[in-house]
This record gives sequence, C-alpha cells and structure tokens, in this order.
Amino acid sequence: MKKYGKQILYMVIAVGAYAAVMLLVNMGLLSRQMTSLIIPVCMNIILAVSLCLVVGFLGELSLGHAAFMSIGAYSGALVLKSGLPVVVSLPLAVLVGGCCAAVLGFVVGIPVLRLKGDYLAIVTLAFGEIIKSVFNAATPITGGAGGMKKIPAVTTYKNFTFVYILMLLVILLVSYLVNSRHGRAICAIRDNYIAAETIGIKVSRFKTMAFVISAFMAGMGGVIYAGNIGILKPVNFDYNTSIEILVMVVLGGMGNITGSIIAALLLTVLPEMLRGLSNYRMLVYAVVLIAMMLFNNSPMKRILVEKKNMRQAAKIQ
Amino acid sequence: MALITSILEQLLNGLRIGSVYALIALGYTMVYGIAKMINFAHGDIIMVGAYALYVYVSLLKLPPVLAVILTIITCSVIGITIEKVAYKPLRKAQPLAVLITAIGVSYLLQNLSLLIFKATPIPFGSIIKVPSVKLAGLNISGLTIVTLVVTVAVMVGLTLFINRTRMGHAMLAVSEDKGAAELMGINVNRTISVTFAIGSALAAVAGILYISQYETLLPTLGALPGIKAFVAAVLGGIGSIPGAMFGGIILGIIESMSKAYISTQLSDAIVFSVLVVVLLVKPSGILGKLKAEKV
Repeated sequence: MKKYGKQILYMVIAVGAYAAVMLLVNMGLLSRQMTSLIIPVCMNIILAVSLCLVVGFLGELSLGHAAFMSIGAYSGALVLKSGLPVVVSLPLAVLVGGCCAAVLGFVVGIPVLRLKGDYLAIVTLAFGEIIKSVFNAATPITGGAGGMKKIPAVTTYKNFTFVYILMLLVILLVSYLVNSRHGRAICAIRDNYIAAETIGIKVSRFKTMAFVISAFMAGMGGVIYAGNIGILKPVNFDYNTSIEILVMVVLGGMGNITGSIIAALLLTVLPEMLRGLSNYRMLVYAVVLIAMMLFNNSPMKRILVEKKNMRQAAKIQ
Repeated sequence: MALITSILEQLLNGLRIGSVYALIALGYTMVYGIAKMINFAHGDIIMVGAYALYVYVSLLKLPPVLAVILTIITCSVIGITIEKVAYKPLRKAQPLAVLITAIGVSYLLQNLSLLIFKATPIPFGSIIKVPSVKLAGLNISGLTIVTLVVTVAVMVGLTLFINRTRMGHAMLAVSEDKGAAELMGINVNRTISVTFAIGSALAAVAGILYISQYETLLPTLGALPGIKAFVAAVLGGIGSIPGAMFGGIILGIIESMSKAYISTQLSDAIVFSVLVVVLLVKPSGILGKLKAEKV
C-alpha cells in the first residue's frame, strides 16, 4: 500500500484539479480573465516540464525552447487550418507539431553530440534566432512578420479536457522517463559525463534522446498555443519566451517536476493578477534567476542541507 | 567597375561593423580566458554605454570628449560591480549556475533600462562629426575612418598592455593556471576585476561606435551585437585575443556581404549558421587551441 501511496495521491490531485476546474467553469464562477488563463497554464506546464527534462535532468542549458515551440505551433496551425473536423484535426495537429519539433530537435541534437555547457547554450540560442528569421522570411507560408492569421480557436477552455489529458500525458511521460533506466543514464550524464561514459552509457545517444523528447513536447505545447491565441508571429517566439520557460524551471528547482509545475502555474496566474505591476515582471524574473543561483551556492544553503541530512540520519537511528 | 566599387563599399561597411564586433568580442574572450565563463551580460554593457553617452551628451550637455571618458568609466564600474556581486560568489559553482546567473544579469540590465528610459526608441545623433573622404571613386564616411582608427588603436594598446605590463602578465598567468598564479603571489581576484573593467571599457567604446552608426537607443540594442560578437569570439577561437579581432572583422564582412547580395532578412540566420558550422567543424575556432580534458 505504501508503495502506491504517492501515486494514488497524485491521481487524486490530478482528478481533483480537473473536477475543480470543470465545476468552476460550468457553474460560471470564474471571471473571463480566469477562464482565459486555463489553457495557458496547461501549456506552460507542458513547456516547463519538457524543458525541465533538458535543464534539470540532462544538465544542459537550452535557450531555444521557444524555437521548438514555434515550429510546432506553425506546423500544427497549418493542419488546423486545413478544414478537417476538429475531432480529427486537433489530435493530428498536435501529433504533426510534435513530430516537426522533434525533427528539429534531432537536427539541433547533432551539434549537441559534440558540445556541452556554454557552447551548447549558445548554439540553441543561435538555432532559435535562425528559426525566427526563417519564419520571418518565409512570408508565403507563415505570413512573415505580420503573422499567420485566422487559426481556428480549437484549444480554448471548451476543449479543456483534451489539453488537460495531453498535459497529464506529458507529466507522466517525463516522470516515468526520469525514474527509468534511461532516465538514470541521463542523470548520470549530468552528474559526471566522463564517469557515465566509462561505465558504458552512450552519452551522445542519451543526450539526443532527451533533446528530441523535450522538443516533441514543446512542439505539442506550441500547437496548443496556436489554437488558443489564433495568430502566430515570429516575435512571440523570441529569446524572452525561452527565458520565461527557463525561469519556471529554475524557480521550481532544477530537476524537480512538481516544482516546475507549481512554478509554471504561479508564473502564469500571478502576472495576470498583478497587472498593475506588469512593468516590473521581467525585472522580478531577472532578480529571481540571480537570487536562486546565488542562494543555491551560498554557505547558508549548505548549512540547511547539512541540518536536513542530520535530521534524517537521526530519524533512521 | 560598378560591381567592384559596390563590393569595396560593402567591404568597408563590413570592416566598420566588424571592428565593433571585434571590440565586443575582445571582452568576451578576455573574460572567458580568465574566469572561464561566458559573460552573457557583456552585450548589455554596450547598451549601458550607449545610454550613458546619451545621458552625458544630451541630458547633461557635457562636451563629447568628457562624455566619452565618463561613459567608459561608468561601464567599467558596472562591469566590476556585476563581477563582485553576481559572479564572484559562484566561482566554484557548476557552469550551469554561472550561465543562468549571467543570463539573469543580462535580463536585469535590459529591464532596468526599460524602466528608466521606457520602450520607445530614442533618436540620438552621432557625436562623431568627421567629414567623409573620397578615395579613388569610393566615398569613405568619417564614421568609418574614426571607427577603424579607434579599433586599431585599442587593439595595439591592448596587445601592448598584455605583453608589456605586470598586470598583463598576471592576466596571462591567471588564464593559464589560476592555482599556480595564486601560488606565485598574483592577486587573482584583482586580476579578474581588472579583466572585467577592461572588457567593459572596450564594450563602452563599442557601444559609442555602435550608437553612432545606428543612432537609435533601445533597451535591447545590446543583445544582437552581443550575440554576434560572441559568434565572432568563437569563430576566432575563444580565449584568443588575436582570434577575437580576426573573428570580429570576418563576421562583419560576412554580414554586410550577405545583407547586400543575399537577403537582408536572412543575414542574421547566415551569421548564426556560421557559428553552428564553425562549432561543428572546428570547435576550438580558427586561432584557438584545443585543450585536452583532464579526468
């Protein structure tokens, strides 16, 4: 029973959250502002959890998450605009968006085989900029800087069930992955890639795998974005978007899926609540990033961790 | 003949923007060589420099020479402060933590200037007023001449500083082996601070030259040249000072050529593709040394 206790708890939370949202929406208790936030919350959770796989578990910094999202959004939007009935086009769009992003993730994954750390971060940033300028230049397909317009609004709160299930699938996939053999290999690469290599872990293969899976999920997030917002502009997928997702992952605690989910929820809802302070939002993000990193490496944190370990040791005895 | 003239003109444009990239790339390369970190906020020091110049010249009405000197001092002080507050506590931390902090600093600078100066672009005329020169049918603008002269002077000065002074030698020693340098009595912390100061001063010069070319102030103006200069530093081999100069010039020429003859929209994509290709083919850059990793 104890073994399954945690899983049952998570299931109760998942069903409970769904029931609560459905109840509130159907009873009309939520303001328009709040209902319009339901889907962005799900989308940001998908994006944050997928980035968490790369930053938190693989230990590589990707600054091009918005690029994966954009390629998913544009390709998914093309499917959505094809005129198929929503029942067919929405799952198809999500699949197509995810696959296109995964292909791009694989292409980016090739340099990943040779690079790490700072260089990798810069290459992902460069890829993001390349994708953005290609979307800007390919006016006949993407509408250029003016944007791709008239995308059917399929992922509004009325289709909450579909988006919610997708979000749960993403969370489940990542949490099962990181607890599996593959996931432990990915964590081993993060902790010490030379040691990982010597015990026979194929570093480049697992790095690419993590990248492709993360890109696939970011692409699906992009499709949800496209169906929710109705218009796609390359500007919306710039460096700032990638940073916003990164802040969610860092704030949630790197390598902590639950943390990422909570941070994504908070960072989507809070800015809407605090509209008046919107000018300071980005400033606060920047301070959060610096403060988190300084705190994580401060002597104070070390003392706290030691105290916690002592307490646990005392409990075992 | 017309084609040759146009190619030469583009070459000059490339040299002009390339020298700005080279100046910025020097800052990246020096900091990387000594602190082994990519100072993501370096690009935003350019922005700080441009705004500082604007404040000194347009708002405080100072004479240009004094304004330029004050701008350089302002940027150096900000550079040292950033190092002391944000990077120094993380000297022994994971590279990922340092990188995220640097991104945070870059973001902080951008958003501070957004709050102070607002998002509307501020027009700001060039402070460099030198008449243009006609040479064999080519019209060389005064700005180009000033940019090239300043860049060459700075580069010669920097090379002399590193090779001839005690501080320069200390920098070389720290970049070679921090531990050994400390044992030899070199004050590593001071050396790192001086490196940040010089890097930021170079960024200030680059910012002044950059704003004289584009004449519009924006809180995000430093981001793109910053990233491009980083590409230049990598292209030339990060950690190598001649490499940064060389990489900057090459990148400027590539950019202006692709703008003129391929596509304006895709020129950024081409520049970044250069980075990807260089990292794939020769990750240590053109003039860089590849270091074997110790286990």
